[in-house]
Amino acid sequence: MVSPQDDELKVFHINLPATTEDLARLELGSAVYLTGLVYTAREGIYKKVLDEGLEAPVELRGLSNVNFHCSPAAAPNEDGGYNVGAVTATASFRFSKWIPKWMEKTGCRIFIGKGGMPADDYKRVLAPGGAIYLTTVGYGTGALLGRGIKRVQDVFWLDELGIAQAMWMFDVENFGPFIVESDLEGNSLFAQHAEVINAGIDKLYAGLKPPALHRYGETDDRKNEVM
Amino acid sequence: MTISIDRVEEAAFEIMKRAAIEIPKDYKQGIQALQKTETGKLPRFVIHAMQDNWEAADQDRRPMCADTGLPRYYVKVGNNASVQRGFVAVERALRKATADATLAVPLRPNRVHPLWRTDNNNNVGINAPEIEWSFEPDADWVDITTVHKGGLFGTDYRMLFPGDGIDGIKRFVLDTLIAFGKRGLACQPAIVGIGLGGSKDTCMQLGKQAACLRVVGDRNPDPKIAELERELMTLGNSIGMGAMGFVGSSMVVDCHIEVGHTHTGGMPISLHTFCLSSRRATARIHPDGNIEYRTDPQWFTPYLRRETVEW
Repeated sequence: MVSPQDDELKVFHINLPATTEDLARLELGSAVYLTGLVYTAREGIYKKVLDEGLEAPVELRGLSNVNFHCSPAAAPNEDGGYNVGAVTATASFRFSKWIPKWMEKTGCRIFIGKGGMPADDYKRVLAPGGAIYLTTVGYGTGALLGRGIKRVQDVFWLDELGIAQAMWMFDVENFGPFIVESDLEGNSLFAQHAEVINAGIDKLYAGLKPPALHRYGETDDRKNEVM
Repeated sequence: MTISIDRVEEAAFEIMKRAAIEIPKDYKQGIQALQKTETGKLPRFVIHAMQDNWEAADQDRRPMCADTGLPRYYVKVGNNASVQRGFVAVERALRKATADATLAVPLRPNRVHPLWRTDNNNNVGINAPEIEWSFEPDADWVDITTVHKGGLFGTDYRMLFPGDGIDGIKRFVLDTLIAFGKRGLACQPAIVGIGLGGSKDTCMQLGKQAACLRVVGDRNPDPKIAELERELMTLGNSIGMGAMGFVGSSMVVDCHIEVGHTHTGGMPISLHTFCLSSRRATARIHPDGNIEYRTDPQWFTPYLRRETVEW
């Protein structure tokens, strides 16, 4: 039996925009809280800016270097602003192909999302560009993250892309917790844990007879990831 | 006596709100029990943070998760119930409550056209929200349950054959939990629902209902199936994986199996995971206008699981 109290992680607070020194201090598996300006961008924004070559609605370089892969639960309020109830991340691996160009264009240094990127992206793209990945916790600390948003500073392309895909600019305070998934050397917490878990997989299947039907298009290497 | 349509709409709106904000007690207690035995520090941190999140959601009256999933309804109609303006009016009231709750809670407008990706910004559209109907003898009430469940990862289907037996079921369960448990794509620890048998679509439907419409601690009335539920739960928790796919021991809060008589040559199986934001709420609307709210949908009644012609 373990004590349920024993769940404290090392905690880091970062004021945004993040500097190289801020990021260099972070350790895999530690908790992070952010204060400053964070924006959302996912496939809708990446397609417009990177595939269609449209001018980004705001110059991000110098303004914010934190890209949150998320869609808020937001609705217009009577003051002409927005109520943000909850925010939860969406799975980042789907955006892998746009990340190199996005970093180049905006100088992004922190990506926040669900589940991390393919481990190879950290070594190949994020770390060489001085960027790290923070994963949300759970997933779905939507209410805690909603509390951390102090104000919607702006929202762009709301009509064109809808609430889920628009670019939201959030003023945040003690926004978190997030867990450090990748560091400036390109190491991955998920990859390290998967390695330990993978070592035990074969024995789970020991003694189970093979299936009657063999299927095309699927892997039977269970050490692979589905993403 | 006829049930007023306004009460139906009011109840549907209220359960949308409750489901989004309040974690059901049975799930919360299940997670707290797992927390005591979880072997990994990171999964323990995650479970702790999720409990803080439920508390924050309740205090602030904001959704616990921004991913509204695909909000939808399950309606159980008493055989003696009648509703003002009929069941077309009920379907309209459920759609209206969804649109209103999307703005009022607020819920994220998740529903888009599958090809054009157009969003009505109210979680209503073609075949959305889904409304599934069932009936109950000797009752004059209407039960409405809403479920908000994410839907991208954690679900799978496979046609097994009788010769695959329990081994085939175990393989499928391990495959699915390992595949979607890594990095926590399934948002575990989850209530795992398994649909076994039926036609392919019934199989998917039963698994989804098993995950979303039965509470933690509930067992299938067939003692052998109940035993299999316990066995698969233990199997899932022996993978060595906890919350977010970190090394740990809590993958499954509970396992529920629902069966349907199936093709003599096959044994179709589906698996669904109801996540760390397991959102469900039920309202019973009585003809006198009284509404009772609860978190146990009581969907799988003896009548629903009947095997014979007569009841």
